[in-house]
Amino acid sequence: MAPKKVDKLATGVLYVIAGVIVVILASLLGYILFQGVPHISWHFLTSPAKSFEAGGGIGIQLFNSFYLLLLAMVISVPLALGAGIYLAEYAKKNWLTDVIRTAIEILSSLPSVVVGLFGFLVFVLQFKFGFSILSGALALTMFNLPLLTRNVEDSLRAVSFTQREAGLALGLSRWETVIHVIIPEALPGIITGMILGAGRVFGEAAALIYTAGQSAPALDFGNWNPLNIASPLNPFRPAETLAVHIWKINSEGIQPDAAAVSAGASAVLIIAVLAFNLLARYVGNRIYKKMTAA
Amino acid sequence: MKKILGFLAVAGVALLAGCGRGDSGQSITAVGSSALQPLVEAAAEQYQTDHLGVFINVQGGGTGTGLSQIQQRAVEIGNSDLFAEEKPGINAKKLVDHRVAVVGITPIANPGVGVRNLSIVQLRRLFTGEITNWKQVGGKDLPVVVVNRAQGSGTRTTFEKWVLQDRQPLAAQEQDSTGMVRSIVASTPGAVSYVAFSYVDDTVKALALNGVTPTDQHVTTNAWPIWSYEHMYTRGQPTGLTKDFVTYMMAPSTQKRLVAKMGYIPVTSMKVERDAAGNVVQKAAE
Amino acid sequence: MDPIRDAMLRPSRSAKIERRGRLISLFCISLIVAVVVAIFYFVASRGLATFFENKVNLWSFLSKTTWSPAIKDAHGAPEVGALPMIVGSFGVTFLSAIIATPFAVGAAIFMTEISPNLGKKILQPVIELLVGIPSVVYGFIGLSVVVPFIRNLFGGTGFGILAGTFVLFVMILPTVTSMTVDALKAVPRHYREASLALGATRWQTTSRVVVRAAMPGILTGIVFGMARAFGEALAVQMVIGNAALLPHNLISPASTLTSVLTSGIGNTVMGSLENNALWSLALLLLLMSLAFNLLIRWIGKKGEMK
Repeated sequence: MAPKKVDKLATGVLYVIAGVIVVILASLLGYILFQGVPHISWHFLTSPAKSFEAGGGIGIQLFNSFYLLLLAMVISVPLALGAGIYLAEYAKKNWLTDVIRTAIEILSSLPSVVVGLFGFLVFVLQFKFGFSILSGALALTMFNLPLLTRNVEDSLRAVSFTQREAGLALGLSRWETVIHVIIPEALPGIITGMILGAGRVFGEAAALIYTAGQSAPALDFGNWNPLNIASPLNPFRPAETLAVHIWKINSEGIQPDAAAVSAGASAVLIIAVLAFNLLARYVGNRIYKKMTAA
Repeated sequence: MKKILGFLAVAGVALLAGCGRGDSGQSITAVGSSALQPLVEAAAEQYQTDHLGVFINVQGGGTGTGLSQIQQRAVEIGNSDLFAEEKPGINAKKLVDHRVAVVGITPIANPGVGVRNLSIVQLRRLFTGEITNWKQVGGKDLPVVVVNRAQGSGTRTTFEKWVLQDRQPLAAQEQDSTGMVRSIVASTPGAVSYVAFSYVDDTVKALALNGVTPTDQHVTTNAWPIWSYEHMYTRGQPTGLTKDFVTYMMAPSTQKRLVAKMGYIPVTSMKVERDAAGNVVQKAAE
Repeated sequence: MDPIRDAMLRPSRSAKIERRGRLISLFCISLIVAVVVAIFYFVASRGLATFFENKVNLWSFLSKTTWSPAIKDAHGAPEVGALPMIVGSFGVTFLSAIIATPFAVGAAIFMTEISPNLGKKILQPVIELLVGIPSVVYGFIGLSVVVPFIRNLFGGTGFGILAGTFVLFVMILPTVTSMTVDALKAVPRHYREASLALGATRWQTTSRVVVRAAMPGILTGIVFGMARAFGEALAVQMVIGNAALLPHNLISPASTLTSVLTSGIGNTVMGSLENNALWSLALLLLLMSLAFNLLIRWIGKKGEMK
């Protein structure tokens, strides 16, 4: 009966491990929320930050975070889809493909400060985008692409080959098969990858300090002309995001309530990531149900 | 896929549109020292409310970034904690210095060390590693934990210039921001470091030096020797908006109100002047 | 000409779409490769300048232990010894991987073999959330919880490799777990069925058949997590103490390549030796991640041959 006992024991150990991971996350979340939630108020969420007085909010930073995320995803998702399709469907199995894959993986393990400085020298200075949302979005794209590409490739590969054969047998071209059959089938995996990528983008600070900048000029929320400098939609204005704001007030902040603002902002950041996760999962499921027979 | 292509097209158009920008009012960029950033940011905010249609973009990035970017003409103003002459790799002759404020730097220690006052020699020995326990300087029996700022940072360079005087510092912990230094000193028993006056709060203890307390008053007379100017460098004499903004920063009204309110020492209240080599002269009466 | 023949010879609509699609995807991949090449060139050109322009000896760069680029030693050569950082980086990377592996593999087995339902409902969202927590926040929790905890338990300042290991452990856990899950899922169902049919218990099946079959994938996941740990900057920087000293033990302040790079880069002037030396560290990081990748590939190849 020894194997049975071992089996029981092992199962128990695995339950414990799973439990420990859940506890770690729960205590992390609990700690952040416990410290931060008491500071969150409507005023905190909507008013602009103050540079040296108490009572500043994070309204603009919150908007910037979402806008930057949106822009970064708009740029990186199509690219990652294209590249992932290439790697999964078209790439031949040879040394060149190996080199391409290695290159992409290397990009993913670069420290983000290197990406940030590269973005600073290329986008901010060379292309003259200045410290702007656009520079930040491009830097984040570079930092996000490897993960997304890899994820798209894996999700596409996981789709059974019979699906491809069915598409091709119907007279569709390979590209059409991929677009109309394979991608809808692989969608849940792709969406999971996008959520993870978005989470990273949302929380990234080091790559943005030198690209999107660390100041949040006042915005005029009545002005939606993307070319006006005070407009929230202008991609050429400097934009401090929430993560950068947390980093900044903790490093050089002279506000008397810096610790409170930082705790509150961390909590908001976590809640936003959480909400984003849930939303994306829900939307992803809906789309999946709509596009496939499942 | 159509949608995706559409997105790409929109992004492309946005890019093109961006290239045609620049007519939406004047704008200048100031980057560099993170210690000076809050002041310039606040001043820029006020300036922009007084002058509609101008845009002053203030960013941090560090003294090194500020000086190298102004040297390459990438920005209009380079903020620095140091004289350009003190930074290797910078041709100071091409830059014009505008001293907009003064910052005093004080040694701070964890409140539990039991020491309030040190001589400069004791302080030097703490940071070179010759004194390893607080009881050697009359404090409690606690090992000394030195926390430095990152190599090359303005605060550290100033501190080492006036305290260590060319002696090699002990290789120790380094932090790249004042906030981190303060929270580490506050929470680590026996820790000692240095920060600008405005960062001192009741979680840490500012140490007096030879009986002189770290106050703005003592800095203005050079009785407290560890201080530095905050510089805004321009490449050549400033023109246009850059000139107006620099003038605004130096104006007595800005100096008296904003600079003092934010915890910096106004240049106008200094009774002495110091050059890049460290020579101090009494300011001529106005 | 014969219109039918003409129509047959012309590429069909589908063929055109196909060609366009292939071009689009080729364009995307080339763009990514171009970006990588640009970054590599950019880092290498600055990183190599330390050795070519500033005449630093490569061997002394890798083996000396004093890091103060602004100061020249007795022979007039700048003191850029990166050994403490190299040791620190490898230390935290390996230690965190050693701690994270049992947790990650255990969690992955739980999610695929024991309770897929609970796994999908609870563990997977938990792990995805762990990815979403920004490294700044990890750093502050490390600073306000882990460092004092270590200080109270072991004495010292609390800053050091141990604190860095703890923080990195939590940070790489999701990566290793999700890649292990993929590897385990890829093991064909009939392997399990065959083993269970022979009378093996679930644990015997899992440990002797499934895990063994998925081994290359699991190893890839671990190495991938190590690559992550190696490149992580902000969080580690806050808890490791950033002292460019060879660590004597796990609780003395140390530093990693990324922590020195991140904290120093804003304070140096571009083109100066101090700056170039930092880029050399970045180059070292790139080469290390290249090495990690080659290792992953090699493991993958080994696994394929079976």
